[in-house]
Amino acid sequence: MKRIAVIREAASTARDIGALVVGNIGFPSRELHAVDDRPDNFYMLGSMGLASSIGLGIALAQPERRVIALDGDGSVLMNMGSLATIASQQPENYLLVIIDNGSYGSTGDQPTATSQKTDLARVAKGAGIQNVHMIDILTDVRRMMEQVSSGVIVIKVEPGNADVPVIHLCPADIMERFMAQCARPFP
Amino acid sequence: MDPATSVFNGLKKSGIDLITTVPCANLKEVILMLEDDPDIKHVPVTREEEGVGICAGAWMGGGKTAMLMQNSGLGNSINALASLNQLYGIPLLMIMSHRGVEGEPICAQVPMGELTTRLLDALVIPYLIPDDHDAEQTIHRAWNLATAENKPVAVLLDIPFWEGA
Repeated sequence: MKRIAVIREAASTARDIGALVVGNIGFPSRELHAVDDRPDNFYMLGSMGLASSIGLGIALAQPERRVIALDGDGSVLMNMGSLATIASQQPENYLLVIIDNGSYGSTGDQPTATSQKTDLARVAKGAGIQNVHMIDILTDVRRMMEQVSSGVIVIKVEPGNADVPVIHLCPADIMERFMAQCARPFP
Repeated sequence: MDPATSVFNGLKKSGIDLITTVPCANLKEVILMLEDDPDIKHVPVTREEEGVGICAGAWMGGGKTAMLMQNSGLGNSINALASLNQLYGIPLLMIMSHRGVEGEPICAQVPMGELTTRLLDALVIPYLIPDDHDAEQTIHRAWNLATAENKPVAVLLDIPFWEGA
């Protein structure tokens, strides 16, 4: 199972449930943009490590909306304190999806610590997050995202990026259209 | 007015409704006031960069956001301030206890204390400093500047500020 397959399932589910989505830096956002570009996606083009924090901030400001961050193992390892903050805040509308390919995929597939000893699901539990799930089957992605609106889902995938173009939207446009979706009354 | 109350009043006057904090001894009174305010969501964070990300998300979601931090945390935030706030044009009010300057008893605070304004200049982040022990107007001006220019703005509160009464 490759990351883009998970992103395709996650994006399709997020669309159906009306969730706001944060895409991680590099290829993950490019893959999200390629499979289902919509204004409800915030593509994080810089600030490695902060997708989970940005998602938390959106969820706290928009408690009526479901918010999903599609993060990666390398990025969560860079900002592990975010797991403790998410646990302390316990937002019911925020789901952190960690797509774990055990490598820094956008920089040449150097191995991350999750390819060695580190288990991010256990780290998330240790940080105090109550709902932590692990998936390694593609068909479970939609089912789990529909059932679970908060906590962490760790999805194990193989390394490797899809052949997708860079995002040509300018940052201000990505943000403005995303903010318009946040401001829109939600049923 | 005591310095902590003037900081809190500046946040209230600006309508701040979500604030991320990393503590400093000089900020302890303000942090207690935030905890008690039902209209402010207080989010203690583990590292300043994380706070920058949470504030950016909350602002996109319609919040009015600030960070309460020590100047040492500026070093932990620089990439995010540049490649998130400045890239997209996201405002942020940064209330900084400025250590390592006049009256500092801890030598380890001095290097970052002396570099703080130079780092802010390099980042093209404006910083405001209150004239006296009343930060309310300065903080309000900083928030207005941040939202007018869609960028981070810092308010530096040095050791003599906190010693005022």
